[in-house]
Amino acid sequence: MQRTLYDKLWDSHVVREEADGTALLYIDRHLVHEVTSPQAYEGLRLAGRRPWRVESVVATADHNTPTKDWNLGITDPVSRTQVETLDANIREYGAKAYFPFLDRRQGIVHVIGPEQGATLPGMTVVCGDSHTSTHGAFAALAFGIGTSEVEHVLATQCLLMKKAKSMLVRVDGCLPPGVTAKDLALAVIGRLGTAAGTGYAIEFGGEAVRALSMEARMTLCNMAIEAGARSGMVAVDERTIDYVRGRPLAPTAANWDRAVAHWRTLVSDDGAAFDVTHVFDASTMSPQVTWGTSPEMVVPVDGRVPDPDRAGDATRREGIERALAYMGLEPNAPMTSIKIDKVFIGSCTNSRIEDLREAAAVARGRRVAGNVRLAMVVPGSGMVKAQAEAEGLDRVFVDAGFEWREPGCSMCLAMNDDRLEPGERCASTSNRNFEGRQGAGGRTHLVSPAMAAAAAVEGHFVDVRRLR
Amino acid sequence: MCVDFVSGQRMQPFLVHTGLVAPLDRANVDTDAIIPKQFLKSIKRSGFGPNLFDAWRYLDRGEPGMDNAGRPRNPQFVLNEPRYQGASILLARRNFGCGSSREHAPWALCDFGFRALIAPSYADIFNNNCYKNGLLPIVLPEAQVDRLFADTAAFPGFRLTIDLEGQRVSTVDGSLAFDFEIEPFRKHCLKHGLDDIGLTLQHADAIRTFETKRLAEQPWLA
Ligand code: SF4
Repeated sequence: MQRTLYDKLWDSHVVREEADGTALLYIDRHLVHEVTSPQAYEGLRLAGRRPWRVESVVATADHNTPTKDWNLGITDPVSRTQVETLDANIREYGAKAYFPFLDRRQGIVHVIGPEQGATLPGMTVVCGDSHTSTHGAFAALAFGIGTSEVEHVLATQCLLMKKAKSMLVRVDGCLPPGVTAKDLALAVIGRLGTAAGTGYAIEFGGEAVRALSMEARMTLCNMAIEAGARSGMVAVDERTIDYVRGRPLAPTAANWDRAVAHWRTLVSDDGAAFDVTHVFDASTMSPQVTWGTSPEMVVPVDGRVPDPDRAGDATRREGIERALAYMGLEPNAPMTSIKIDKVFIGSCTNSRIEDLREAAAVARGRRVAGNVRLAMVVPGSGMVKAQAEAEGLDRVFVDAGFEWREPGCSMCLAMNDDRLEPGERCASTSNRNFEGRQGAGGRTHLVSPAMAAAAAVEGHFVDVRRLR
Repeated sequence: MCVDFVSGQRMQPFLVHTGLVAPLDRANVDTDAIIPKQFLKSIKRSGFGPNLFDAWRYLDRGEPGMDNAGRPRNPQFVLNEPRYQGASILLARRNFGCGSSREHAPWALCDFGFRALIAPSYADIFNNNCYKNGLLPIVLPEAQVDRLFADTAAFPGFRLTIDLEGQRVSTVDGSLAFDFEIEPFRKHCLKHGLDDIGLTLQHADAIRTFETKRLAEQPWLA
């Protein structure tokens, strides 16, 4: 029988199955960070258990770490306690690799996993973080889990779960120049809605997806969770294999050849059936900007803020009204008329080297507009930062008036000092525009890195293709 | 009450629960709204209840370590209304709990006193996290949820009885009753307050066998 990529990944990890279909699923890679792990290790300790296979654990501190003045350490005592708790837990229980605060390879967990070769095709990858879907770009079954499940994986190397339904998001045609994987992700979510993927595993396929770089595929899979799906994935091709080759934790020598032979099978068979298929045409897409407080509240940059009076049902109208009130926007205003106060280029969605190159290409030779109080670039990892500096991108940003920071999650969720003040409006390359996400009362508009840089230099949203 | 690590009991068994219903009439309530990020710095599982829906519940900005009792409350927010004090069943709209994987969301709901949720749908990770903490996320069709919102508004003190064994939500006088679905395995764990790590470890030999074979076939995973 023809099987989907998801079927293959699922089947190869089932240890046993209950009569009702609940399966015990084996986990190959467990990524750990400081926010969702302390209670899991504590549970392990109280129950007198040991980790099942510490070689599966790769850990880093990213959510709470500061992005400047690293010489001062972590000044917030509560954040510091959390990071030190992770240090202590890894010291006590061990890990295959640990990239602590101040390590030159430290960074956002979803950036360093692939970068270090800790994420490999065919693996099950979990992390106490919903954007674990990112790793599906490598034809891995990757999904976020809660802290109880973190403990469950630590203790048993398995998870109890039921198989999801399968969804194919097929993107035909080619993305026009200046339109990125981020725009594609937002356009898909805009049409399907943030709950469409609930209960599904999404495979992204089609000509436009095949044409994406590995980093762009990560951006796309990263946003699968914003469509409601715990996992998003892309089949293996030569690009996948090329990316993995030579990474620190990737297989070598004879193991490499065996691995590659296996990885090449990680594609959906021709004719494999999906429970649902959605087809998109990439050639009609344009740069996207969110206007509301959910990623599905998005329009093309040449569009307008929606009018609640034209919404279909009452729940939808109230949703729009509430979002516009929170966002401080008028119905029907052109998106390009919206002025911004801050710019954030970073997060596990868009902080890799290609993202920084795209943003730098726009910033080069321009200046951050006078009304923009802060424009910051936060590389996804120390390795990305070093690469960007080797290419001189840091100078481009600094010369244009951006701040060049140390790696971490930063203003994506504002657990550290990087945050919006009430009422401040931000062009952000992150993934969530929920109320208060980037700081209480802050207003987030999600965009691609190039669009964020364009908004920074113009002071308001603008179609980046007009700047080229 | 949530998972109790001191007593060793993972969850309070869920059998039949009768409680006051509080309505939260908005769709797509995300986990950032349920428990804002500044409270995620805690390394404990308890104490999140006072900061449940913090940005909606209080008029000032909440920070960890504040004395929440003295903070100005938002009188507009539904959970602050006198008639909903002591509620243990939260009525919500579709896609409740979307967003992050933070288990702090169900911890906060439990800590506040909720034992069950009723909504047309939940985000997947949140749904899982609820079960791990003995919090029952009941799914009912949109029309039935509408009816419950109407009755909650119409009748002060509106209470519901949730019978897990019978898989039924009903008014206390039995005038209205809706059946709900739940996976047998999850029902079993909830009913007995079971620690599913313990359950899984009963299959340790099967896991070990699977693992040995897997690492032999795919040695690069070692
Ligand atoms: S960058 Fe943002 S979304 Fe990604 S892991 Fe960090 S906090 Fe989560």
